[in-house]
Amino acid sequence: MSVDLSQFIPSFLEESFEGLELMESGLLDLKPGDNETIHSIFRAAHSIKGGAGTFGFDSVTEFTHLVETLLDEMRDNRREVTSKDTEILLDSVDCMRLLIEAARDDEDYDHDKVSKTSARLSETLGEQQSTEGDSEIEHDDSKNGGSGYHIKFIPEHSLAKTGNDPIFLFSALAELGELTICANTEELPALMDIDAQELYLSWQLTLITEAEEAEIIEIFEWVEDECLLELEPITDISDEETSQNLAEDVNSDVNQSAGAPQSNNVANQEPLDSNEVAAVVENKNKETKGKAKADLGSIRVGVDKVDSLINLVGELVITQSMLSELGNDFDMSKVERLTSGLEQLLQNTKELQESVMRIRMLPISFAFNRFPRLVHDLAIKTGKEMELVISGEQTELDKTVMEQIGDPLVHLVRNAADHGIESKEVRLASGKPEKGTISLDAYHQGGNIVIEIKDDGAGINTKTVLDKAIDKGLIDANATLTDSQVYDLLFEPGFSTAAEVTDISGRGVGMDVVKRNIQSLGGRIQVESALGKGSTFKVNLPLTLAILDGQLVKVGTETYIIPLISIVESLQIDNTLINRVSGDMVLYRLRDDNVPVLPVYKMFHLETECTEIDKALLVVVEADGQKIGLMVDDLLAQQQVVIKSLNDNYQQVAGISGATILGDGSVAMILDIPGMIMMALEQAQKAQRLRTDGTSHIAEEVCL
Amino acid sequence: MTKVLVVDDSNSIRDMVSFTLKSAGYQTVEAKDGQDGLSKAQTCDFDLVISDVNMPNMDGISLCTELRKLANFKFTPILMLTTESSTDMKMRGKTAGATGWLVKPFNPEKLLATIKRVVK
Amino acid sequence: MNIQAMAQDVPVEGEHSVEGIDFITSGDQYLTFLLAEEQYAVDILCVEEIRSWEQPTKIPNAPSYIKGVINMRGIIVPIVDLRLKFSIGHANYLETTVVIVLTYQSEDRSRTIGFVVDAVSDVLNVEQADIKPAPAFGGCVGQQYIDGLINSENKVVTVLNVAHLQQVEKHRLQS
Repeated sequence: MSVDLSQFIPSFLEESFEGLELMESGLLDLKPGDNETIHSIFRAAHSIKGGAGTFGFDSVTEFTHLVETLLDEMRDNRREVTSKDTEILLDSVDCMRLLIEAARDDEDYDHDKVSKTSARLSETLGEQQSTEGDSEIEHDDSKNGGSGYHIKFIPEHSLAKTGNDPIFLFSALAELGELTICANTEELPALMDIDAQELYLSWQLTLITEAEEAEIIEIFEWVEDECLLELEPITDISDEETSQNLAEDVNSDVNQSAGAPQSNNVANQEPLDSNEVAAVVENKNKETKGKAKADLGSIRVGVDKVDSLINLVGELVITQSMLSELGNDFDMSKVERLTSGLEQLLQNTKELQESVMRIRMLPISFAFNRFPRLVHDLAIKTGKEMELVISGEQTELDKTVMEQIGDPLVHLVRNAADHGIESKEVRLASGKPEKGTISLDAYHQGGNIVIEIKDDGAGINTKTVLDKAIDKGLIDANATLTDSQVYDLLFEPGFSTAAEVTDISGRGVGMDVVKRNIQSLGGRIQVESALGKGSTFKVNLPLTLAILDGQLVKVGTETYIIPLISIVESLQIDNTLINRVSGDMVLYRLRDDNVPVLPVYKMFHLETECTEIDKALLVVVEADGQKIGLMVDDLLAQQQVVIKSLNDNYQQVAGISGATILGDGSVAMILDIPGMIMMALEQAQKAQRLRTDGTSHIAEEVCL
Repeated sequence: MTKVLVVDDSNSIRDMVSFTLKSAGYQTVEAKDGQDGLSKAQTCDFDLVISDVNMPNMDGISLCTELRKLANFKFTPILMLTTESSTDMKMRGKTAGATGWLVKPFNPEKLLATIKRVVK
Repeated sequence: MNIQAMAQDVPVEGEHSVEGIDFITSGDQYLTFLLAEEQYAVDILCVEEIRSWEQPTKIPNAPSYIKGVINMRGIIVPIVDLRLKFSIGHANYLETTVVIVLTYQSEDRSRTIGFVVDAVSDVLNVEQADIKPAPAFGGCVGQQYIDGLINSENKVVTVLNVAHLQQVEKHRLQS
């Protein structure tokens, strides 16, 4: 019988990673005497060990065995929970993750780390357990030289009460060789006195076999405490023969006695070749590792989400059959029903779309759950006291966005721990609690998700930042910047505020990368800070990469979509606020800012009647900290649009991030705001060059 | 058809055991912990129970004790799936009324061979 | 009014030109079409569908022969006016103006692009041997787009290379 175990491996892996997370969060919360938590940590380790063994991940089994042993001692109160042990266990969790990942990908792992940790575990356990070969499987394939055994089996009367039945023991024995059974009915009481639930027989068995004694003992393993068992090897062939004859003599009696097994029927079965089985299993395990790797792009979806999907499909089917019936025999009197049917279809489709989108949504806790550990480790590394407060972890987010936001968030949290939170002494001196707080919060705002990383640390010293920026030549020494402009400098490539590069946040990846990653997801990041009180980094992201909330605008005959997330405000142009500077650059005064005006019709070379700036509308958008005003003819509706790539059948287009299909079936382009700003800059620079070259007639065409 | 109750909190192990049994022609009902297993046992008869030991809500040992209290589970074979091969755990299982145990890790062949020792 | 009965009479897009053709032939089939007075042909296996002309959505700063994109059953399909691309005839849009949507599967990707032509004319069965190399005498259509010539009655049909037609030239801002 062959069962393909590989199909269960992805679910084992998923379970194991969940188990590791549970262990980790449990360990971080662990207080001495918290038995419930220890139990659940133990259970997780235990399950991983069991599964790993079953699916052939031996390195995982071996290592986890040590972890389990330590946890077992804690669970049984044989060992106190110390913070030292907790640290070792946390490291062990890392090792287990390493081992499981290595097993999954069929790759090598960091042997050094694992062996160090397992040495620490063994040391803690106070016994020199070797890290290798703690396997419980015993394969002793050597056969004994003897030819069989005489077995005396006298069970207790209560044997059946644990569900054991001698017949199965005998069948198992019969598989090892030729079995002869002789029942002893002496203890059988008179019929009146028989308790049907008791067992009164005992047996004398002769087994002609090459099997080891241990194999026979193993068969009786489950009942060894409930019976008298004597095993005596057959040494002499003649002895064997006589006993066999003897057994045959009584065989007929046995067959008639109550509860006696039909041993002869099964006696000729061939023993199971354990070598062969082991080989098959090993081969299978090799195959499965490869497969498991490919299967990991799965998501776990709540049954409720699937149910709602099924319901919706059900409704769709009803609508469809209603419509096709209508079509079978259509006349004009049924137009009304057709219209309502089509409306229903629209509704169904819409709901179905939303439902399918929801399947890709996961609570952000998937991204947040690694932070307690991170902050715990950071606190130890920096020697600062800090705690992490997480809220809003149920806020849902598209899986793809989630996968890509993890690293930027780690960077921001590290940053908060490293640069934000002050040392204990400094905090006490400035009248703050000695323990710093980093909080992570997530919430929905419009069609977006906002993630806040907040610390109650030192805040951003604008002067330090400015000095550094001037030092690095990022800005002019005489530049006057607003606070938020100063904060934006943090995201400039190559900027680092730490007095010295630490191994925590100064690892070459700067905040500029964080910002770029967030922008590539269609999001943006903002900083608020108060000196001495702390800083807040606010990450604003679209819920999904497949759909965006857009503002439809009209330019000439064309409709464009501006992502709502980029829009600062839309306004009617007030002529008095328009300024022309350096010849032909148009600036619009928006409160303190002078926003360059970009007429979309010029950038895209479109025909429109609306070329006069005071007749047009201005949509102020922002990207990379740069605000620009897009001049458009008119604002239309706001709506969600499904993003389609232009790249599939065409190519990237400057200033356009994609296309979508509007309700009337027509295509509309989605504006790429950072791209447009770049285009505008390039054009302006080109114009500048051309002007200085004296070829100003071309400049007129391209400048803004 | 032989009907088996499979109790394990690990989806992968439970699926694997159940799948193996089904491929060998057994009928299976799955339960995700001891509590779940007990409530399924209360509504239905089984020819065999295979249960993990370490589970949330109700562990395998308590499940075994509870099952033996039910009239229709007096003689039903109960196998414990356990990684703990220690005599202590086996004794606790026996005391609670378990028929036998299967030490993890096990493979489908071993599982089926073991089952043959308690059911037809 | 019976919709189903009607549906049988109305030719489905892309179907009517193929209808009634004897498929049991050796050789390949080519869809021929007109650009001004000239006859051109493409491998019929690449033809996704034939649509009537509709105003596409403009692609900003694209070359003038790229008319824009349309929505074909949820797919964004660019529209190339072959008359403009090859500078043949006038790019006017009449009732007979059609768009031939071609899909070409290369090794790593498949592209679907619509081509505006003056009219679809016929389907030709052509043996590979009947396709003669085109003389290299210049002309408006670049050599790389031409696979060869077919003599059909007393006219000449130019066979176009779909793979090359499909290649979108990188274009930058017009300025």
